[in-house]
Order: sequence, then structure tokens, then C-alpha cells
Amino acid sequence: MAVPISRDDVAHVARLARLDVTDEELDRFTAQLAAVLEYASDVASLDTAGVPPTAHPLELLNVLREDVPVASLDRDEVLAAAPAVVDGRFRVPKILGEAP
Amino acid sequence: MTAAAIAADVRAGRRTAESIVEDALGLVAARDGDVHAFLHVDTEGAIAAARAVDARVARGEEPGPLAGVPLALKDNLCTRGIPTTCGSRILEGWRPPYTATAVERLLACGAVPLGKTNLDEFAMGSSTENSAFGPTRNPRNPARVPGGSSGGSAAAVAAGFAPIALGTDTGGSIRQPAALCGVVGVKPTYGAVSRYGLIAFASSLDQIGPFATNVADAAAVLEAMAGPDPRDSTSWPEPFAPLDVRADVSGLRVGVVRELMGEGIAADVAARAAEAADALSAAGAKVDEVSVPGARYALSAYYLIAPAEASSNLARYDGVRYGLRVERDDITTTYGATRAAGFGAEVKRRIMLGTYALSAGYYDAYYGQAQRARTLLIRDFAAAYERFDVLLTPTTPTTAFELGARTADPLSMYLSDVCTVPSNLAGHPAMTVPFGTGADGLPIGVQVLAPALGERVMFRVAATLEEVAPR
Repeated sequence: MAVPISRDDVAHVARLARLDVTDEELDRFTAQLAAVLEYASDVASLDTAGVPPTAHPLELLNVLREDVPVASLDRDEVLAAAPAVVDGRFRVPKILGEAP
Repeated sequence: MTAAAIAADVRAGRRTAESIVEDALGLVAARDGDVHAFLHVDTEGAIAAARAVDARVARGEEPGPLAGVPLALKDNLCTRGIPTTCGSRILEGWRPPYTATAVERLLACGAVPLGKTNLDEFAMGSSTENSAFGPTRNPRNPARVPGGSSGGSAAAVAAGFAPIALGTDTGGSIRQPAALCGVVGVKPTYGAVSRYGLIAFASSLDQIGPFATNVADAAAVLEAMAGPDPRDSTSWPEPFAPLDVRADVSGLRVGVVRELMGEGIAADVAARAAEAADALSAAGAKVDEVSVPGARYALSAYYLIAPAEASSNLARYDGVRYGLRVERDDITTTYGATRAAGFGAEVKRRIMLGTYALSAGYYDAYYGQAQRARTLLIRDFAAAYERFDVLLTPTTPTTAFELGARTADPLSMYLSDVCTVPSNLAGHPAMTVPFGTGADGLPIGVQVLAPALGERVMFRVAATLEEVAPR
């Protein structure tokens, strides 16, 4: 945790998050994220040996409803909110052959 | 007028809901240009809903406990057919195909939504300055922020536009603006109120709750919307127990959290919290100091966990099913361009922070360690609640700060949440009650914390604080 976040790290996570960033943003975000991560370093110094993680405050398991069909959202109403639609479906730009 | 007084008048036929709502809309039209509490005012819908309440009264039907009461809704709560933006360009113009359960339940109780209120984009912020549609101003002093992220709802209640409002609280986003605007704000136990129709920020922390001018109205709103919901599998499965707003603390054990009374808390704010503790003691409570060591590092854990969850939740804004699309040659470049154009700086920072905390090589050091810190904090609270019924802290480290004062330094903004994040990490209820003013004449809030599902005792303490608060 002692290694500060680098400009390359920020560029890498921006790519993972599918977020285009400018050079100016990379500089600014690198400095700002470094400050937050430095502040958060007190968590790293905690002795947590044998402490289980908490992902969620409620321990509810197997929450199921009756297996009864109910109406779903109206398709036309849902599609009306989409940026592009064709034949009752969402239309997207090409998904094959793109860069990784 | 309080919500209770309005509902009593409407139910008894002394006033129509329509006249109440027309007055409220008139005030919004006259004054919201200065405050900017609302992003969208639904004049037609509000009048129609008010008339429907009046028709029920005229037919002799039960119009509900909140009959004719104007309500303001934070704009991250879905309202069918009514614009819901989350304060973001990426959802500008979106009209949801369904309504949030909490909103539906208040409508069924006769409440009348006036419109949607301003917020920090996707509820990420503590000043409402991160809204893509411009900041909200604090009705107590227009040079100051109202707090955030539910700053529009807090300001709407403080300005008298609506006696009640809904906000959402992931790390303090109801309690902090309520304190800075001088109103009551409640974050219920995680799961007490259904999150169905709440646009997700951090799913293990988010909770819907009320703003009101007084403790009894806040209790009425919470009772009206709490309870199990089959559409939210994380809603608490048992019925929500009725609240108690008697100002009676005799014999209750109140712990003042040492870690949140000193360093980082302004002297005038800490002094008011100490005064509140003394007042509870005078009212018959047994007050003592308590240590919750985890409160020291809760903010750090929060600013790793909440962005991690947000980075996952906000992956859905991809320009495919709703909202903005900036079309490029293929889907991947369309994603990147859409999200770059649609999200503001704070949302981008949190997505990147969260992605980093979850990424290969850093997961255990950041997200994993923060989750273990969360466990330690929960254990500290459990130890404290063996000795105390409720805990007491200031709600915020300072009174309302000036617009622009913290926008250049995200970390300084995050420090606004130091007193409020522990309750979210633990899933516990907490609420703020106005308790006098600071050296600058602006409101100060005192926070009451309780263990999970401890709302009943929490509201009794809050009602007592309300009764003894300096005027």
C-alpha cells in the first residue's frame, strides 16, 4: 500500500472502467487519487489477522419469492428510453472486430 | 405548518389538498430561483395528486396519514414518467418506467410530490456542488452550501417549500445536509426501507430516509414507507415496529463518542454536542463517554468500499439501454466516449478509485482490508451497545461552508462525512436534530446513533433533544 498510484495506474484503471480521459485529467486525477489513497493508508496499518471481511451489513440468505409469474415492465415504455432501437430491440454499434 | 397539521386539516376538510399544494408551488415559483432546490417541478402532477386526495376526502374515504402534505423527492428516486437525472448529464431527459417503492408508499398515504430535488451527481458529494445542473444554495445563507448529497431536499424543507422530503444516505447524505440546513434528517437501519427504484450508488450502504422540520413528522414519513418489499431482497423481512416520539429518556444510557468530539471537529460544534449530552443528562438519561476506536478509520474504509461498489454499479451507464450515447465506430469506443461526456469529475474520480481498489494486485490491500476494518468497526459498536442504548456525536465537523471552498480538494470534501460514515458501514440507524447555532450563526446538528432496528429508542432521544434544543 506504500507504493503511490502512478499516472500509468490511473490510465490503466480508466481503460478498465471504459472511461476516456484527457492528458490534463490524468495529471489531475493522479494527484487527487494519490492524496485520497495516502489518507486511507491508516486502514493498511490495522492488525486484521484472523478478521473476516464484511461485504454487507445484513446476513440474509436465500431470499426467495413465490414462483408465480408477474408482469414485467412494458417493453415499449422501456425501449422508448433507449438511445437507438430497431425491431423492438436495443441497437448498438458493431461489437466484433474492435480493439480490446 | 408541520406535516401533521396539514394532514389533520385536509382529513377534517378544513383545507383542501389542492389549496395547500398551490401555495407550496407558488412559494417554489417565487423563491426557488435563489435556492435551486428543485431540478424539476411537476406542477400538473402535483395538482392532479392533490385533487385525488380531495376527492377521497369528499367521498368519505380514508385519505391517508399524510393527506395533502407536499413532498420533495431527491432526483435519484425513480418516478414513472417524470424526469429522473441523478444530477447527471448521462441520465438527462430519462423518464423511468417505474416508481420507487418508498415513493409509492408515500403516495398511498396521501403525500403529494412537488418535484425532484438537486443532488451531487449520483449522490457523490457533500455540498450539492457536483450536480451537473448547478449548485443548490443554503436557505439560511445563500453564500453557503446546503451540504450534500441530498442538498436539494434539505434546502426544500429548510426554505419551507415542502414540510417533508426524501433523501438517500450512503455516507451521510441525509444527515449532513439536514444538519447544515437546520432540519431533522434520518438514515434508517439498512434494509428498513426498500431500495427498489433507488438508483444505486453503493448497494451495501445506500438507504432512503426522511427530512422534516420536526422529529414527529420524520417519524410519520419513516413509518409510512418502511417495511418488507418483495422487490428488494435486502429489505428487512419483518414488519417495521411503530416509532415512539415521546420526549422521555429517563433511565436511558447515552454514550458520547470520544473519537468524534476532539480532533477535526470545530470547537463550536463539539461544544453544542457536549451541551446536548448535558441536556439529556438533566432530562434523566445516564450519560457517559465511550470509545469507538473504529470511528477513527471508518472514513478511510468508507472511501475505499463506497467507490468500489460504485465502480461496479455505474458500469450500467454504457449508452445502450437509456441515457446519453456518444456514438463511435464500435461498442468499446462508444462506451468510453459516452462515459467521458456523461459523467462529471467526482463520479469519474470515484469510478477510478473504486476500480483501482478492486483491481488485480491491489484488491486485498485496499478493498479486502477495508472490509476487514468494517468488521472491526461493527465489533466496536457491539461493545459500545453492551453499555449504552444510544450514542451521541456531532453530525458534521463544521457548520455550512462557503460555495467553492472545498471543490478543488476532494479529500477536504470527504472529511465532511467523518461523523456519519460509521453508521452506514455498520448498517445502523442514525439521525440528526438541530441543536442551536455556531459562532457564524449557522445551524448545528447533533447526531443520535442506535444499533440495528433501534429506531424506537433513537426517536425518543431525538424528541428529547428537540424539546431542550436552544432556540
